[in-house]
Amino acid sequence: MSVLLAPGDVLRRWWSELTRVQKWAFGAIGFGALALLPVYTPAFLDTPGISFGGTMAQFAMVAIIAIGLNVVVGQAGLLDLGYVGFYAVGAYTVALLTSPDSPWNRVAPDGWLHENWAWLACVPIAMAVTALAGLILGFPTLRVRGDYLAIVTLGFGEIIRLLADNLAGVTNGPRGLNGVAYPHFGATEDLPHGVFSSGNSSGDVNYGTWWFWLGLILIVVILLLVGNLERSRVGRAWVAVREDEDAAESMGVNTFRFKLWAFVIGAAIGGLSGALYAGQVQYVAPPTFNIINSMLFLCAVVLGGQGNKLGVIFGAFVIVYLPNRLLGVELMGVNLGDLKYLFFGLALVVLMIFRPQGLFPVRQQLLTYGRSARTLLASADEPKAAR
Amino acid sequence: MIQECIGQYVCLAGDIGFNVENLRTGFWQFTIDGLAWGAIYALVAVGYTLVFGVLRLINFAHSEIFMLGMFGAYFCLDLILGFAPSGNAYDRGVALTVFYLGVAMLFAMAVSGSAAVGLEFVAYRPLRRRNARPLTFLITAIGMSFVLQEFVHFVLPEIIEGYGGSNAQQPIILVQPRTQFEVFGASVTNVTLVIVISALVLARLTYLFVHRTKFGRGIRAVAQDPTTATLMGVSRERIILTTFLIGGVLAGAAALLYMLRVPQGIIYSGGFLLGIKAFSAAVLGGIGNLRGALIGGFLLGVMENYGQALFGTQWRDVVAFVLLVMVLLIKPTGILGESLGTARV
Amino acid sequence: MRARAPRTVIAASAVGLLISGCSQQPASDDDGAQSDLAIVQQVQISPDGTAVAVAEGAAAPVDPAGDGAATCPPLSLAMAGPLTGADAPFGAHVRDGAQLAVDQHNAANPGCQVELKTFDTEGDPQKATAVAPQIVDDPSIIGLVGPTWSGETKATGSVFDQAGLVSLTPSATNVALSEQGWKTFFRGLSNDGVQGPSLANYLKNTLGVTKACVVDDSTDAGVGQAGAVRDTLGPIADPACNISIKKGDKDFSAAVNQILGQSPGVVVFASYYTEGALLLQQLRDSGYTGLFAGPDGLKDPQFVKAAGQAADGAVLSCPCGPATGAFAEAYTDKFGQPPGTYSLESYDLATILLTGIDSGAVTRSELLDFVRTYDGQGVARKYQWTDNGELTSDLIWIYRVQ
Repeated sequence: MSVLLAPGDVLRRWWSELTRVQKWAFGAIGFGALALLPVYTPAFLDTPGISFGGTMAQFAMVAIIAIGLNVVVGQAGLLDLGYVGFYAVGAYTVALLTSPDSPWNRVAPDGWLHENWAWLACVPIAMAVTALAGLILGFPTLRVRGDYLAIVTLGFGEIIRLLADNLAGVTNGPRGLNGVAYPHFGATEDLPHGVFSSGNSSGDVNYGTWWFWLGLILIVVILLLVGNLERSRVGRAWVAVREDEDAAESMGVNTFRFKLWAFVIGAAIGGLSGALYAGQVQYVAPPTFNIINSMLFLCAVVLGGQGNKLGVIFGAFVIVYLPNRLLGVELMGVNLGDLKYLFFGLALVVLMIFRPQGLFPVRQQLLTYGRSARTLLASADEPKAAR
Repeated sequence: MIQECIGQYVCLAGDIGFNVENLRTGFWQFTIDGLAWGAIYALVAVGYTLVFGVLRLINFAHSEIFMLGMFGAYFCLDLILGFAPSGNAYDRGVALTVFYLGVAMLFAMAVSGSAAVGLEFVAYRPLRRRNARPLTFLITAIGMSFVLQEFVHFVLPEIIEGYGGSNAQQPIILVQPRTQFEVFGASVTNVTLVIVISALVLARLTYLFVHRTKFGRGIRAVAQDPTTATLMGVSRERIILTTFLIGGVLAGAAALLYMLRVPQGIIYSGGFLLGIKAFSAAVLGGIGNLRGALIGGFLLGVMENYGQALFGTQWRDVVAFVLLVMVLLIKPTGILGESLGTARV
Repeated sequence: MRARAPRTVIAASAVGLLISGCSQQPASDDDGAQSDLAIVQQVQISPDGTAVAVAEGAAAPVDPAGDGAATCPPLSLAMAGPLTGADAPFGAHVRDGAQLAVDQHNAANPGCQVELKTFDTEGDPQKATAVAPQIVDDPSIIGLVGPTWSGETKATGSVFDQAGLVSLTPSATNVALSEQGWKTFFRGLSNDGVQGPSLANYLKNTLGVTKACVVDDSTDAGVGQAGAVRDTLGPIADPACNISIKKGDKDFSAAVNQILGQSPGVVVFASYYTEGALLLQQLRDSGYTGLFAGPDGLKDPQFVKAAGQAADGAVLSCPCGPATGAFAEAYTDKFGQPPGTYSLESYDLATILLTGIDSGAVTRSELLDFVRTYDGQGVARKYQWTDNGELTSDLIWIYRVQ
């Protein structure tokens, strides 16, 4: 069974043999191919029951969440079961500022946000607010460890959702906030509100595809940032905390501060994804931000390989794509798309027993200039050996 | 629909009531009802606490064990004993009703117990053999919780007609709630009495088992020090099986009692929230501590009721979560502290 | 010591069970089997709560079979609503009503075969926003019966408006829907703005209620209806028992306690029967003897089944008409169960679309114009629309469980 799950090792070995330039080249090709996928969709990949562009847009959002959660769970080793709470804070921030249903609406003519760029302006605000939420949440909870941390974060995630559900005077309760702003870009006669509006629903290059492209660009940016963090002192501290917190503390690593950093950065990334979600669906309501989705995000990270920022993107793809692909496919009277939680639950169990490190396990690249250091060491041996 | 908020705080304040009058007038009624709920939480909490005490593992899937017990009881009443689902209560007389309830409870216990044992075999034993990290156990537990829920949600309707699915089962009401006597103006119904007394009896039996039998001694030994216990000749695997079995049996009993209280609550998702609350109760009382589970359960049930009376019905669940978070942050060992592995309970 | 403990325990439990058991009255009517209660129509009322006689000499309802000689290119109509999930029965009623009309039409018109395509929204506005583009993308669909719920209609209305696809909803009653400026939105029944006040006036004027507790379930429909009822009842709706419960809740002890403390003459539950039946049962179990009333969300055979004897005497209002006569027979024959709430409206609306197709409207814009200028009699009522998609006549039916 472990052999079946091991193709990730082959891929990983091949990837680590490549030089930096080659990695960038393959990355660019891969990125281009991914971007063109909704436009030239091969038949076996297409999703018959639901818009492919929409599916890819959802994938981009979950991928961003997975990268954020990976920072918290995979790199710093903090099991966060309430990550969906940050997703909610990001989405609600954008919705509260721009929805006509919200009492804190700041869109013109009363407010200072102009409709065309309201969404764009709200994204950094959403990230900042979510980061602040991460800080506030992290302060008391990060003193707790292991299973207890998992349960506390679970509790907080649910409290956030219940607050959104009950404080109906502000968040409109279960009825949700409608009419959230979205970027107005590329307005034409047919599409007076631009390509990102839900009016752009037909064809391959529908609004889902546009949101997917936006998401892809953001993914690349975040990967660069997180990659830099990984190879810096912060990343090394996270690995130390993850492997053995007490040892790290005794070696002089300020574990609490770095854990808090992981939490805050993870929260900010989650908030970004929430803002994307609010803009795309243009409707934010509490039922989306439940524990089950939290588990699904965790599943994406665990499936892809905890600590591997590219692997979790693959995990996110599996989580989003498979249920949509199987929508409408029936097996013995049961719609397979409905069984998605069953399959992912099984996948989690099977993976944890046979391959707990995930499909694409992480290989620590801790040194900033590791490659050149290794080549230097390798070449340094020869003159010495010759003597 | 758009409420103009005079200062955002008025909006917030409007949604969180502070209805002291409601709490005051109904205080004893809320207390009595809270004890009934607490009894159910306590029975489920014992399952969590025992497994944690012995294995240091939070059995996330325990809530689904409870849910399966509910379906088991329903199945017994519906297909074996022949009660047709209906919104009206059956009234077969005291002795017969007690008999039927007893049969259903035993059946529910059997279903839950076997599910718990199955869970241990399928999910946890392979992990223990591979010396997995605690994080891995938790993720597996979450996975199994999903699997069981969705199995009942989508696959069960294909196996047994009319069971599972997205809607709650049509209720089978065996006992019509009737006030037996009053305490300070609060009515105590027969349902409440049955629930609280059964819970206390079962708790006492569990206590006797853990403290007076050989198996119980083994449980306490493994909880205290697994390696030494093995050296002393205690079969660790058998003890673990027994622990899961007891937890499952108690969850099955709680399932039947819950069915008495909320006959319309038998649905695939019916275990999840209750499981989290029961876990909160276990933590509140002191996880790993049997008496703690009981106290925690009753305390949570009562506090929840007060909370919803005070703040509004929609805040009921928030109270449970807030209590959980506060306990874990302030005193993670709970009110009575961990003690399954110590000489004194 | 060891032997005594279990014995005392067994003794204690036996005593406890005996106490609880002995106090139960010996059964008068024994088997709590199915009750024989049913929802029976009482009277049609106008917005001020007074009874209105059913118009005599009304024209015969339009038959979806038409004249049997219609020809048309292959077309489809869409139906959108909850086909899975907790609200699936409602969606099924809507789908079956439309299906009956389509089948009757197709059977009588071999030259014009129309397909009914169903789309499942799970009753979830989020899912609906993903499904709406699918409906719009299919060029063969020229009309929509749906969406079913107010929440999903609100979330998708602009999509249909931008695509010019006429959407006739048989059940979404939220008032704000017709105020969004959508040119394609048409409502097949009166909205909450009419139903709520009509019911409130009926309770106030005709039944003479002096104190009421109004309960909603925090959803779009619930809050809208409850608000309308509270406003019309005015001082009769006691603000001390103005309660909001959550959809999905099972235990309403705090709400019950609050209500009993106020001893109202009627409890108005402004939402769906799942929670309504539970609340009613818990109220009756705690000794409540007053009236129980509610709008169309309660009017379903499931309500009576779930609440049992407790539902006896409940007063229900509905903009939907009583499904009796030829329609009810045809429906029961085809689907094996009596028509549910909104089946009749769905049937009527599908008939209107089919009549349009038969008369030559085979594109989206043509069908939209047809509906806009339509004036005809359906089984439930006369159908003619104002500029923003509301019916021109607004009468509500009152039912009672007996």
